[in-house]
Amino acid sequence: MTPEELDQIAETEREQQSHFTQRVNVCVAAGCLSCQSQSVKDALDQEVSKRGKKEHCQVKGVGCMGLCSEGPLVSTSNGVLYKKVEAGDGVGIVDSLDSDPVSRLVCPTDVPFFQRQKKIVLENSGVIDPDRIEDYIAANGYSALIKALTEMTSREVVDEVTKSGLRGRGGAGYPTGLKWSTVSKSVGTQKYVICNADEGDPGAFMDRSVLESDPHRVLEGMLIAGYAVGASEAYIYVRAEYPLAIKRLRNAIRQAERVGLLGSSICGTHFSFKIDVRLGAGAFVCGEETALIASVEGKRGTPRPRPPYPAMEGLFGEPTLINNVETFANIAPIIRNGGEWYASIGTEKSKGTKVFALAGRVENTGLVEVPMGISLREMVFDIGGGIPEGRKFKAVQTGGPSGGCLPTECLDMPVDYESLAKAGSIMGSGGMIVMDESSCMVDVAKYFMDFCMTESCGKCIPCRVGTYQMHRILTAIGNMTATEQDMKMLEELCDLLKHTSLCGLGQSAPNPVVSTLKSFAEEYRAHIQDKKCPAGVCGQPVGETV
Amino acid sequence: MPSYVAKPIPPNQDKRWKLIDATIRRQGGHARGLIETLHTVQEAFGYIDEQAMRYVAMSLRVPLSRAYGVATFYHFFTLKPAGEHTCVICMGTACYIKGAPQLLDAVQRDLGIGPGETTADKKVSLLTARCLGSCGLAPAVVYDQEVAGKVGSAAIREHMKKWTTRHDA
Repeated sequence: MTPEELDQIAETEREQQSHFTQRVNVCVAAGCLSCQSQSVKDALDQEVSKRGKKEHCQVKGVGCMGLCSEGPLVSTSNGVLYKKVEAGDGVGIVDSLDSDPVSRLVCPTDVPFFQRQKKIVLENSGVIDPDRIEDYIAANGYSALIKALTEMTSREVVDEVTKSGLRGRGGAGYPTGLKWSTVSKSVGTQKYVICNADEGDPGAFMDRSVLESDPHRVLEGMLIAGYAVGASEAYIYVRAEYPLAIKRLRNAIRQAERVGLLGSSICGTHFSFKIDVRLGAGAFVCGEETALIASVEGKRGTPRPRPPYPAMEGLFGEPTLINNVETFANIAPIIRNGGEWYASIGTEKSKGTKVFALAGRVENTGLVEVPMGISLREMVFDIGGGIPEGRKFKAVQTGGPSGGCLPTECLDMPVDYESLAKAGSIMGSGGMIVMDESSCMVDVAKYFMDFCMTESCGKCIPCRVGTYQMHRILTAIGNMTATEQDMKMLEELCDLLKHTSLCGLGQSAPNPVVSTLKSFAEEYRAHIQDKKCPAGVCGQPVGETV
Repeated sequence: MPSYVAKPIPPNQDKRWKLIDATIRRQGGHARGLIETLHTVQEAFGYIDEQAMRYVAMSLRVPLSRAYGVATFYHFFTLKPAGEHTCVICMGTACYIKGAPQLLDAVQRDLGIGPGETTADKKVSLLTARCLGSCGLAPAVVYDQEVAGKVGSAAIREHMKKWTTRHDA
């Protein structure tokens, strides 16, 4: 593969696509697929060939269009988005290509949900066919890799990423450029790149959508990372619970190997790179980097103390770069447009955009990409469309089991790493779950503690025993049998776990409790003193999940 | 690797062992391929029994205790055969907020089994998932690999009824 050959592929693909004057894109990401979007696509396909329009009308399966709650989604070349499409609507949609839109199915796109977004990571989602590398190449795909390989030294690539101010999108927000530069300076016979796609946070599905909608984007980011740090082997660690993402990733890797974008002497340079998929097996703790490494090595996923950090001693004892899916997906545009361009988006300390999975008690649920610094109020009420059924907003939960619940007072806070941390939550990987007055915060805290208790790997005592004890107390509070003494103990345990656990799972496990204790103390009091659950959730057998 | 250690012979004539051998070969027979190999076993047989675990451990030259340790550490692996149908209820945060506990409760009461269990007639296995990532469709349920979104208690009970009565004739 040479740069000229890549141009050739892009040219041929664009030439072929220019024959199509009409286009119908059907979302075939997991959300819409589970609403039968495949049968919608088949029906459209059939209708188009029946009318003999195959020559100039293209029906394409594309990635996620974002508004998952209204799926299956279909978009057409006359700029109309259709929602809740059924197979029977195929005729009408094909008709509409030459006339007026099918008004019954139209999903308005001039609403904040679409207008407020800024798409960098998701720019190709819902536009290209995730199963065809040609489509990705025609959309400027792999041009950043070519640019890095032919015009930049590995040092310059690292500098560009540093300049962009990109921070790890997996949750902790460690500066990506700094991580890359540490790995590139480490000495080892073999270096590795690992992509963390073990999206374990319940309520988060950004990484899955990126992998399903634009897998090549992630591969390109990994390739550039490999070149920058001097690695030649890479692994993508994906949850086994994401079969479609795994299928599309494997397919993408095969295609990239076929055209010579993966393998030896890529683009006639000395750079060789291979990527392998490793399946996770359902352990939340494997999102922690040292546990993930143990899992890739075929062992139980238990973390180990750091240092040494994986950047020095990681996979098989060699220097290893671990980044999250979304981090890698940001790399190609940064190299293409320059670090300064990326740094111009977002806030002073949190640059660029962030993809959020908006879910829970909110009108519009789905995937959104917004510039950093947007306020929570805009997220929930403008983009999210507010709370359904006229109920009252209560809290928004970010960061999964390691994050916290942010109450009404925090609504005008900007969404960035620092502000969220200051409010007692974390950015996390991007799950954002809205709760209304029907949720009891004690129950929510118990839910997350149950999660951490079950997912604790058992290696260190504070986490293994502490999460169990905290869960026991929270259960007692839920059953209205807790005392003031228990509350004191709960607070003590929060502090203990935070400061003495081995890894991030245990250290952050108290966050949901701490944040609800801070903002919703009166609910805890009502359970203990008045033996009442204000939301009417606790004390009933339903809701018990233990 | 010492060459005098003979490669173990598959426990029986079942053709599916070839799939497991293929995975082991692809991993170079190395212990680091343990999780991948267990995935193949589960895909081929539906679960990982002691016989399969012994075979994998011997083939990869790891102690049986390590194979067992790994197989029990990860939730995805199951050591028991599943029923004819499986119903997975997502317990992710979004689903939890939107009523997944009520769904679980309804199925538990109807079938008389808890999560991770199979009905006595081996018809239905009930499982819970941490998060399916279908949060936009909460609450989500997987009926035999098919994801269904925005499921209500009535719908799930009806589905269970269909599964438990259809083959009775």
